[in-house]
Amino acid sequence: MRGWLALAVSFFTIASYAGQPVHEYSLENGLKLIVKEDHRAPVMVSQVWYKVGSSYEHDGITGLSHVLEHMMFKGTKAHPAGQFSKIIAGNGGSENAFTSRDYTAYFQTMEASRLPVSFELEADRMRNLVLPEDEFSKELQVVMEERRMRTDDNPQSLTYEQFNATAYASSPYRIPTIGWMDDLKSMAVGDLRKWYEEWYAPDNATVVVVGDVDPDDVYRLAKKYFGPLKPSVITPPKPRLEIQQHGPKQLVVKAPAKLPYLLMGYKAPVALTAEQDWEPYALEVLASVLDGGDSARFSSRLVRGSAVAASASASYDAFDRQETLFLLSGIPANSHSVADLQKALLAQVREVQEKLVSASELERIKAQIMADKVYEQDSIFYQAMQIGMLETVGLSWKDAEQYLPRIEAVTAEQVQAVARKYLIEDQLTVAELSPQPIDPKHPPREGGVAGNVR
Amino acid sequence: MSAKQSYIMARRLWLVIALLFAGSAQALPEIQSWTTARGAKVLYVAAHELPILDVRVVFDAGSARDGKLGGVAGLTNSMLDQGAAGLDADAVAGGFEQRGAQFGSGSERDMAWVSLRSLSDRKLLQPSLMLFGKVLTRPDFPQGDFEREQQLTLTGLKYQQQQPKSIVENAFYHDVYGKHPYASNPDGNADSVAALTVRDLKAFYKQYYVARNATVVIVGDVSRDQAETIAAELADALPAGNKAPPLPEVAALNKASTQFIEHPSSQSHVLVGAPGVRRGDPDYFALYVGNHVLGGSGLVSRISEEIREKRGLSYSAYSYFVPMKREGPYILGFQTRTDKRDEALSVLRDTVKNFIDNGPTDKELKASKDNIIGGFPLAVSSNSKITEYLAMIGFYDLPLDYLSTFTANIKAVTAAQIRDAYRRRVHVDDMVTVIVGAKE
Repeated sequence: MRGWLALAVSFFTIASYAGQPVHEYSLENGLKLIVKEDHRAPVMVSQVWYKVGSSYEHDGITGLSHVLEHMMFKGTKAHPAGQFSKIIAGNGGSENAFTSRDYTAYFQTMEASRLPVSFELEADRMRNLVLPEDEFSKELQVVMEERRMRTDDNPQSLTYEQFNATAYASSPYRIPTIGWMDDLKSMAVGDLRKWYEEWYAPDNATVVVVGDVDPDDVYRLAKKYFGPLKPSVITPPKPRLEIQQHGPKQLVVKAPAKLPYLLMGYKAPVALTAEQDWEPYALEVLASVLDGGDSARFSSRLVRGSAVAASASASYDAFDRQETLFLLSGIPANSHSVADLQKALLAQVREVQEKLVSASELERIKAQIMADKVYEQDSIFYQAMQIGMLETVGLSWKDAEQYLPRIEAVTAEQVQAVARKYLIEDQLTVAELSPQPIDPKHPPREGGVAGNVR
Repeated sequence: MSAKQSYIMARRLWLVIALLFAGSAQALPEIQSWTTARGAKVLYVAAHELPILDVRVVFDAGSARDGKLGGVAGLTNSMLDQGAAGLDADAVAGGFEQRGAQFGSGSERDMAWVSLRSLSDRKLLQPSLMLFGKVLTRPDFPQGDFEREQQLTLTGLKYQQQQPKSIVENAFYHDVYGKHPYASNPDGNADSVAALTVRDLKAFYKQYYVARNATVVIVGDVSRDQAETIAAELADALPAGNKAPPLPEVAALNKASTQFIEHPSSQSHVLVGAPGVRRGDPDYFALYVGNHVLGGSGLVSRISEEIREKRGLSYSAYSYFVPMKREGPYILGFQTRTDKRDEALSVLRDTVKNFIDNGPTDKELKASKDNIIGGFPLAVSSNSKITEYLAMIGFYDLPLDYLSTFTANIKAVTAAQIRDAYRRRVHVDDMVTVIVGAKE
């Protein structure tokens, strides 16, 4: 325990470093604008976040949000296909977009004075997308290639996709964001048009700007470009909660591979759904006890120590929109089996349930989380991403500011309590990738309908 | 290998290809440089806005130095924090993490490095720096930890064998570089790694982890005086030693070759290329801007336009130079479903041929310059990016004004220079092609 007091004092000083204040504005049409200053360099990132993603989809239309994200670059009346990217590039910007279960977001990173270029283009495509048929049919092929690359030809991703579809029964988190291949094949441009009209409107969007900007100037620009857009009538998605799981689930995925792979997921609440406010934060600390760096238990005991694992990880996200999974995963070391690894992971779970985490371990984890918060300030993109993500799942950027004190308040008893309450066998799904010979004569049947799981 | 990653689908791959430029006129970091008593080069940039410090020590100790011991450079690097100055791996990891510090290490073909990110508060920084120094200068290479890391490397090699992307890349370097040290997989191969011993690692460490072979990069919330002390305490605790000798010259390819590797994947992964440019190459800027037009600017580049935007053949189609100590590769590639492979490959070849014959249009050249120059401030907008650039400038002996002259160098490139450089340096009929995928 020597030195802990001195360290605690240092961290207290550091923790008061929270970066610049956040400014929040609302437009009359319902668009929310959030601005954070960062004047270290003459640059800014501008992000537009929509409350739509694969967890808003249902069977038959999976992958729709992601394909629409691709089509958002295929033109409006004012800026036909291809122009968006060219204009941003010509302004020295870099841009991209991403879709996840809970959100779809678009961003440009540019020299700070170019913000109006970004706003003009984003405002235009928020309401005026054309969705040409010929562009759609080509882009759909691109997305299918993306699926083949990311999932069909990647045995671990394939396992993860099947694992998710098994772990969740009624929650839309069972849907892969890239979409099932058959749903992609039957997708029509009309489906996209409907989806676009349903979700793309100022009252379903949050604009986040972080960088070398003046918040009131940004607000004025937002009013100029986004202000004239007509709001829509957004019908929030149905709850679609996960049904109660009544016992462990297990699956085996057979695919051509060299290495086995193990995935274990326990149903767990998130900040939006937890019975007790502190539970998600205790689960975050628990994930760090197991896998928060090279000195955490999985690395020190399973990768080093018993050397049963070539890799082992624990992850949990308190800021998902719906009930989620507390995930354990790993690859057994060369001389060990998946069963050995599973046993070792379960033994670690048992230990956190039976024995309180030590004070020094807890201090280390809090020190890491606190330092990481400071390091995050080095990236304007990450700062914006955090704000946008929280706002879009239905939380607030203020939750980011409350994160440290909430983590700080977690006790060893609370870590034990969430481990006992949530890491239980009846709430568990286990998937194993069973490597099959890499036989060039037997390429997978396309599309992950049944072909990849032989 | 994280499952969580696969949640997020992006419109295009976020290729981590370092854009090799940086700095805006008003925000250019001021680089200070000096040499330590034992001969390590130091590059330092003060940045006091955030209470953090980045230190990175780079050695000419990548896999190009493996010699007959394939994988020795990588394994030596990954063993540094597995026990040092009598502390075991747990004590090392815990020592950093209890202070919120992040230790990192890595190696590629040219360079190997260790890095530290810490809060700049002295009570936290000092002990982390001391520990960092131990890892860097007094690694123990414990036998048991070595055996485990050796097994992990072998597991990593197996992982590569199930990923078409890794298979094609390893075969590509092999075919482009023949007998040159760049030919081999930086992780070695199963036989070479299995044959390595602690003695091999210690000998490698002794030869290459020396002050004259080191570049120390310091970026963040410390004064020049502090930076000098830090650099001296790290680098001068190493023996002076010698700079690594020059690598052998890279032989140009004089005929085309095609290697087909059968793999049960739904897509074929295709790479085409040849030796390209070295760092500091006189043609570098012409080739860099030229490639930006051809395949280096994401979805607006010609290759992406032809293969993806016009024909929907691939999610990612691109080209890029990898400038290295010797001629690093020029890589052009895509993935597509097997029945479209030949079509995509011929579109790629035609696109390159056309570019070599005719060069960029004035409009394209202007668009590329606008993008590169306009994007200039982004490249040095964070401490971690500045750290990366300093490591590159120091390691490759680029001039200290590399950043401040970059815009002018880009502006000066003409279409004629690009055509000339491409005609002399890029020979589409003498390229290596590697295809990984199903037969038909």
